[in-house]
Amino acid sequence: MKTAAEQAPAPRSGTAGIPPGPARAHDVVLQVKDLAVDIRTHRGTVRAVNSVAFEARAGETLALLGESGCGKSMTAKALAGIMDPVCDLAEGQIILNGTDLAVLTPKERLKFAGPELGIVFQDALTALNPVYTVGTQLGEAFRIHRRLNAKQAKAEAIDLMKRVGIPEPESRINSYPHQFSGGMRQRILIAMAVALNPRLLIADEPTTALDVTVQAQIMQLLRKLREEGQMAVVLITHDLAVVAEEADSVAVMYAGNVVESGPVSEVFSDPRHPYTKGLLESVPAHLERGAQLKSIAGSPPELHDIPSGCVYQSRCPLVQDICRAERPALRPVGPPVAQSDIQPETQPRPARAAACHFSEELNNV
Amino acid sequence: MLIYLRKRILSSALPLVVVIVGVFALARMTGNPASLYLPLNATQQMRDEFTARNGFDQPLLVQMADYFGGVLRLDFGQSLRTGQDAAAMALRAFPATLQLAATTMVLAVLLALVVGCWAALKPNGIADRISSFVSMAAASIPDFWLAIVGIWVFAISLGWLPTSGVSGASAWVLPIATLLLRPFGVLVQIVRGSMVSALSEPYIKLARSRGAGELRVVTHHALRNAAAPALTVAGDLTVGLVNGAVVVETIFGWPGIGKLMIDSILQRDFAVLQAAVLLTAVAIFALNILIDMGYALLDARVRPVTARA
Repeated sequence: MKTAAEQAPAPRSGTAGIPPGPARAHDVVLQVKDLAVDIRTHRGTVRAVNSVAFEARAGETLALLGESGCGKSMTAKALAGIMDPVCDLAEGQIILNGTDLAVLTPKERLKFAGPELGIVFQDALTALNPVYTVGTQLGEAFRIHRRLNAKQAKAEAIDLMKRVGIPEPESRINSYPHQFSGGMRQRILIAMAVALNPRLLIADEPTTALDVTVQAQIMQLLRKLREEGQMAVVLITHDLAVVAEEADSVAVMYAGNVVESGPVSEVFSDPRHPYTKGLLESVPAHLERGAQLKSIAGSPPELHDIPSGCVYQSRCPLVQDICRAERPALRPVGPPVAQSDIQPETQPRPARAAACHFSEELNNV
Repeated sequence: MLIYLRKRILSSALPLVVVIVGVFALARMTGNPASLYLPLNATQQMRDEFTARNGFDQPLLVQMADYFGGVLRLDFGQSLRTGQDAAAMALRAFPATLQLAATTMVLAVLLALVVGCWAALKPNGIADRISSFVSMAAASIPDFWLAIVGIWVFAISLGWLPTSGVSGASAWVLPIATLLLRPFGVLVQIVRGSMVSALSEPYIKLARSRGAGELRVVTHHALRNAAAPALTVAGDLTVGLVNGAVVVETIFGWPGIGKLMIDSILQRDFAVLQAAVLLTAVAIFALNILIDMGYALLDARVRPVTARA
C-alpha cells in the first residue's frame, strides 16, 4: 500500500466524475497493475499474489483462471478490500473508474463498497448472516448508502428478489437464509452484490458449491445482470468450460502470478504459456476412449519456497537455464489485433500477454 | 411458543422433586434439632415431646410424604427458630439476593461486552493482551478472599465504605465488586472468543463489501452471532452467583437467601432451609427457560417450529 501511495496517485474522480447512466460497452472499468499481496505467517512473510495485472471492461466478463491456492480468491478479496487481517496489499494499483482503490483508507473505501463494486462468494450459506432475515440483509446496502428507512429498504429488497428470480418475494423476504435452497441462497447473494448497480461485479467461484443444473441457471442470471447493467464482471473460477462459455477475456494465474492473459478465444486456441497449454491439454474432451488422460506432472510450489526464476520452472517441459535465473515478465505476445477489426468508438481489444521466455516457441512443442 | 413453555415447565418438575428429596435427606443428616433448641439440661421427656410435636419421631418416609403433601398445598411448614411461615421467610429474603445478583450480572455483562469486543477487534493486539491478563486474574481470584481484603482496605483502613449491612448506596459497592469479578472475567474471555470467530466469518466480509463500517459490523453483524455462547455462560454464572451469594451475603451481612440458608443450616431450621433451596431451584429453572427464550430471540435457527415453516 505504501509503494502505491508514493507513486503519483491517479486523480480522485470518485463517483462524481463518472457520467450518469450505464457505462458504455467495452469501456475499461477496472485496471489492475502490478498487484502484490503479502501474507504474514509464523514462518515469515510470503508473497501470495505477485505482479498481477489485468483489465475488466463494461459489459464483459474477465475470467481469473487458476487452480486452488494460486491466489485468485486472494486477488478478489484485495480488489474488494476485504482481505484477512494477516494479509497486506504490498504493491500495485487497483484503478476502478479512475480512482486507485489501493491508496484509499479502509474508511474511504466503504463509499465504493456497494455502489461501485459488489462481490459474490462461493458458499452462500456462510456468506449470509444466519441471524437476520434475507430482507434485512438485502436492504442493508440501501440503508447504508442511500439512507433509506426500513420500509423503503424492504421495498427495494423485494424488487431485488424479483430481479434475481426468487418466487414470492413478498413472503420470502421475512425468511432466514437457512430456509432457502442452495441455488436460491446464491441468487440472494448475487442480488446483494448488484443491489446498487455497481460498475464492477466480482464473482468468486459463484457456482462451485452448486449442482450442475443450478450452476447453469446462476451463470445465466449473472449474464443477464451483466448485460442489463453493463457491469464489468471478474469471474473467478477453476473451470475451463465455464471460462470458454462465459468469459470474453481470461487471465491465467499460477502460484500468485498472472502467466497469460488475453481474449478467451485466442488464449484457448493458441496458448502462449506452457502452463495454459498444459491445462488445455488435460481437458479430456477430445480423447479417444481408453486413452491415457494427460496431466501436468508435479504440483505448484509452496508459497514459502517459490523459486527465484520462473514460477513454473519445476513443471515446465521447456525449462532452460534462463528460466531458473530470471523471472519472465508479463509482456505482450502474438500478432497485434488487425486495425480493421476495431470499431472507431470502442476501445481496442485487450492485448495478449504471457510471462514466458519461450512463448514464441511454444507451438513447436 | 406457549406449547414450548408448557413443555419446559413440565420437564422441570422431575428435577425439582429430586431437589426436594435431596435437601430433605441431607438436612436431616445434620442432627436432631432438639439438641439445639432445648436447654442442655432438658429431660428425655421434654426431648421426646419436642420431637413428637414437630413430627421428627415419624419414619423419614412418612415425614417426607407429609412434606410433599404440604408442598402441593403450598404449605412449607414453620420455622423452628421464629415460628413464622417458612415460605414467607424465604420469599422475604429473596428480593435482596435478586437485586444483588441482577445488578451484578447486568454490570458484568455490559462491561464484558465492551472489553471483549474491544479485545476481539485486534486479536493479539495490545488491547487483547491487557484484557486477557485482567480477565484471567478476575476469573481466578477467590471471592471470599477478595471480600475480606476489600473490607480491610476500603472499610477499615480507608473508611470509605461500610463493612456490612444494607444502609445506602455505598453498602452495595463491596458486595457487587466482589460478586462481579468472576463473571466479568469469564464473560470477557467468552465474548472475546466468540467475537473473534464471528468476525472472521464470510458474512462479515460480505457486510464490509456492502459498505458496512466497523461499528456496524461489530454491533450489528458480529455481536448477535457471538451472543449465544455468552448467554449460555452468563446463565451458568448467574446460577453461580446465587451460590456465591451464600459466601458474600454471610461476609457482608446481606439479608438475602444465601444468608438465610446458612443460618437455617446452622440452626437445623429444616422447613426454612427446604423452602429457601426450593425457591432458589425454581428461580434457576425459570432462568434457564428465559435463556432458552433468549436464544430463540437471537437466532431463528433454534426457534421452536411454529406456524411459519
